[in-house]
Amino acid sequence: MDFKSLLAIFLAAILTENYILNKFLGICPFLGVSKKLDTATGMSVAVIFVMVISTAVTYPIYTYVLVPNGLSYLQTVLFILIIAALVQFIETVLKKYIPTLYRALGIYLPLITTNCAVLGITMLVIDKGENYIEALVNALGAGVGFLVAMVIFAGIRERLEHNDIPKFLKGLPITLVAASLTAVSFLGFQGLVDGMLR
Amino acid sequence: MEEKKSLWQEFTKGLIRENPVLRLVLGCCATLALSTSASNAIGMGLATTFVLICSNFVISLLRNIIPDTVRIPCYIVLIAGFVSLVQMLIEAYSPALKAAMGIYLPLIVVNCIILGRAEGFANKHKVLPSIFDGLGMGLGFTLTLFVMGCIRELIGSGTILGFQIMPSSYPGIILFLLPPGGFFVFGILMAITNKIAEGKGEPVSELGCAHCPMAGCCSISVEKEKGADK
Repeated sequence: MDFKSLLAIFLAAILTENYILNKFLGICPFLGVSKKLDTATGMSVAVIFVMVISTAVTYPIYTYVLVPNGLSYLQTVLFILIIAALVQFIETVLKKYIPTLYRALGIYLPLITTNCAVLGITMLVIDKGENYIEALVNALGAGVGFLVAMVIFAGIRERLEHNDIPKFLKGLPITLVAASLTAVSFLGFQGLVDGMLR
Repeated sequence: MEEKKSLWQEFTKGLIRENPVLRLVLGCCATLALSTSASNAIGMGLATTFVLICSNFVISLLRNIIPDTVRIPCYIVLIAGFVSLVQMLIEAYSPALKAAMGIYLPLIVVNCIILGRAEGFANKHKVLPSIFDGLGMGLGFTLTLFVMGCIRELIGSGTILGFQIMPSSYPGIILFLLPPGGFFVFGILMAITNKIAEGKGEPVSELGCAHCPMAGCCSISVEKEKGADK
């Protein structure tokens, strides 16, 4: 468990295994909320928050409660329940104790319950057989990768708004084509992490 | 006769007119991820259709029993139950398909088509129309996925469902099998749909709060409504 391998996991989660552009998780908020820079950042920070906390909770429950009792088939039901409950809990706590943070992030929290990126990360770290620390670093990296993609894309979309685009391409189609080009550029990172750190 | 006709309409609307992927823009994640080949597309489409029919059936049966305030968690648990069922069935009968679908199989739970139809249709309609709505929407989803899968497989590797279509000297554009190809083909299909919709005088597809399953409990849309009131 050296620092180097954790850094490799973190960078890989951001660049080569980017959740939006490479794994197609969390496309709905990507297309829906990335119109403005401030909403894109708010949403992404909320996603990072929920991703890390839900991985921190679901991982031990899976390893120490479900697996020893032969209940691993309950994974899907239990994880979505835990995430939904956690999101509700975080929202209530923020609303009561840190109202400023609630105004900045809280409004995105209900949307995150059914965000496939959150359920995705909690299951993926278990599929990969990572240990607890690696899982948490991976969750953080995935969240930051989400933020990076959202911010880059918010910038691109603000430019797209003012361009002369054929009418039938306006809106979603041109956004998807632009996403495709952004994904091509992220393919360029393939091998970077291995080459740098291993 | 009238009853029959309306059931038929519930069924067919999902195929083209209110196609869940291209018109309502629901379930984009699964569409992009599993359309790398035609066979994956069919597997994912049918699994989703099964879950959609079951969840629409049960939710419309229980629509008067589930209290309104806790309906979303109830729906999610019901849907997760059906997804676990499908997961186990596929694991038992087709391990190859399970390997191909990987993480996206359990993620059917958060496919917004299912929750979207539960919120938008099944909790307001009777059992029979809900089943037909689920069937139509599911098949519409499968159809779109299949078309996308065919296009990507044909351009990416020159085959459809594993059969060689292009001349064997065709090298295949790998990019279409990779994530960027998914975004690109989806964008082009969406543009074609918009062009057709424009010709018929219908609005273009847009990812709006109107179709989002979480709109009811989301403060963004609530605030928007408040803004509209002012």
